[in-house]
Amino acid sequence: MDFGLTDDQREIQRTARELLAERARPDRVREHAEARSTDEQLWKELSELGWPGIAIAEEHGGQGLGQIELSILCEELGRSLAPVPFLGSAMAATVIQQDGSAEQRERWLGGLASGATIGALGAAVDGTAELVIGGREADVFVLIDEDGSGRILGAEEADVTPVDSVDPTRSTARVSGAGEPVGDGGACAGLGRALVSVSSELVGVCDRALAMTVEYVKDRKQFGVPVGAYQAVSHRCAQMLLETEKARATAAFAAWTADADPEALAEAAAMAKVCASSAAREVTASAIQAHGGIGFTWEADVHWLYKRAQLDAALLGGAKRHRARLAAILAERVGAGAAA
Amino acid sequence: MDLTFSPQEIAFRDELRGWLAANQPDAAPVDGGEDAQYQWRRDWQRRLYDAGWAAPAWPVEYGGRGASLTESAIYYEEIGRSRSPLAANTLGLLLGGPTLMVWGTDEQKERYLPPILSAEEIWCQGFSEPEAGSDLASLKTRAVKDGEEWVVTGQKVWTSGAQYSKWCMLVARTDGDVPKHKGLTYFLMDMEQDAVQVRPLRQITGEDEFNELFIEEARIPDANVIGGVGNGWKVALTTLMNERAGLGFALQIRLRQLLDDTIAVAAERGLLEDPVYADELAELHTRCESIRLLAWKGLTDVERYGQPGPEGSLVKWLWSDTNQRLTQLAVDIVGPAALTAGTSWSYEFLRARGNTIEGGTTEVLKNIVAERVLGLPRLKVAV
Repeated sequence: MDFGLTDDQREIQRTARELLAERARPDRVREHAEARSTDEQLWKELSELGWPGIAIAEEHGGQGLGQIELSILCEELGRSLAPVPFLGSAMAATVIQQDGSAEQRERWLGGLASGATIGALGAAVDGTAELVIGGREADVFVLIDEDGSGRILGAEEADVTPVDSVDPTRSTARVSGAGEPVGDGGACAGLGRALVSVSSELVGVCDRALAMTVEYVKDRKQFGVPVGAYQAVSHRCAQMLLETEKARATAAFAAWTADADPEALAEAAAMAKVCASSAAREVTASAIQAHGGIGFTWEADVHWLYKRAQLDAALLGGAKRHRARLAAILAERVGAGAAA
Repeated sequence: MDLTFSPQEIAFRDELRGWLAANQPDAAPVDGGEDAQYQWRRDWQRRLYDAGWAAPAWPVEYGGRGASLTESAIYYEEIGRSRSPLAANTLGLLLGGPTLMVWGTDEQKERYLPPILSAEEIWCQGFSEPEAGSDLASLKTRAVKDGEEWVVTGQKVWTSGAQYSKWCMLVARTDGDVPKHKGLTYFLMDMEQDAVQVRPLRQITGEDEFNELFIEEARIPDANVIGGVGNGWKVALTTLMNERAGLGFALQIRLRQLLDDTIAVAAERGLLEDPVYADELAELHTRCESIRLLAWKGLTDVERYGQPGPEGSLVKWLWSDTNQRLTQLAVDIVGPAALTAGTSWSYEFLRARGNTIEGGTTEVLKNIVAERVLGLPRLKVAV
């Protein structure tokens, strides 16, 4: 048993972190957030590096790597809050790859892998998906209906209304339209992987919020000592680490499951989303609190994390919804045990 | 990342599982109280010992199997899964033996290790004192040299199994003139002397799992110093570091079993369909799985990379908190039976209160995480 990354995976993580530390610096993220604009230059660069196609099959022009590698990139992009439409595009590609017909895969995956096509994925209620992340610039939408089935809509056939969300580091839109069913129109198995990708992004958000907070409370002095020396503050930070590590462990397990033990993915993905959604809300809220007054200002960067956390926590269902799914799995298991 | 066991680990697990299935311990005694329980666990250890399963993590030369960390964790998982009791001499097996292996002389190892394994000599731990709990290094029990012997006077508390023990891992102050961590020495004290009085310490569960030791000029030969005079703090840390290493896996499986039992009762009563209970049970299920993952991650990181991650302190903290939350929820699900004295449900939630205190309080664990993992400054308190 080994929870560590392989050398190759470590290398992906290292280069991604270094690149984003340089290209998605806080001041640049702020600039785009305040303008509510996508960093097209960065998206182009990431596309040239093959990021959008990391988990897309080689036959469609991707790198053919697994969910673990995709999750590594999601985590780093979450950490940096890079204003690029990566997550939505990756989730849309995941579902098309996993559940789409041969024709749909052929039509969309090449562009999604190269980054020339931008995808977005949203959950629809009564046919309409609200706050679809990356909705403004997407070329193709995957909408998931209440029964878990999906629809694919090219941008030209979709009804797209840009709506500003609280998170200005990414665009959002209301999307509806008929489109065509994904694959045979059944429930999309690719959603499990999509949940893992969001959870991984949230792990990055948590990790960054914690790191910023630790740095701040070591430095900030009140009553003559760093505030991080007070247990009311340091124990809050310890709690942030606990939540972050829970989210990290469950997301890593789910990512591994996606490739190695797909039958266990539904449960593992639900657990990952439960942990990541609640961790992200708590950890980023704690980050604001531990920053004190400055944390509540527009000037400090912690609120971008808090806002990204809120959107991602709700994306494809929050902790409560996934706990309900887990309870249903537990009930089934008890039923099966009783029947056996 | 590979979250499967190796063929060798699976073989180890299957062999143990097979042995446990064929060698179920006798049913726990209903009468006879603590003494009967203890004898039952002693008999159980004897059976484990005869089959070579008492301490698989011990090196082969000391009677173990030289099991890896992973195999040792599998061992405790399987002990928990089969609902077997813990061996009577668990403190000797998990703490005393490994401490001796690091710090003991060849003579000490030869003399003391075999009877730990066979449960012929039971060990207890004399660390905490009424005024030295989390601040262990402030302990006051004194040992004064008198010829070839040390004369010890003081009081110890929370010594489980003291009434059955032959040997006590005792930390005492041998030098009062140096800073508090430096004046300590680690002894092996013979419990069979009049100068050591054992008094049961009744807990909120009503049972006497622990004791107080009143030590009035007890004698310890110089040969029973472990790790050298004045080196007691370091030796004690070795003991403390071993405290949770394996046992955590047995506790984690017990938590899982208790959760499954609770889910079964909830299902019987239709509460799994009640969103209020379903939500909380799913949360506990998620925490239980997180604990399992974090425990395995912590262990395999040490095994593979020699570096423990932050998981160690987090696992104990999360486990104790989750066990309290689960046993309290069980009261709501089970109803009056869980508030009736003498039921297993009432025992579980009362006993769980100790989880966040024993083996490092949650407050101390948070300090450890804040200072050693996050690198936050330590608040200087007046000493």
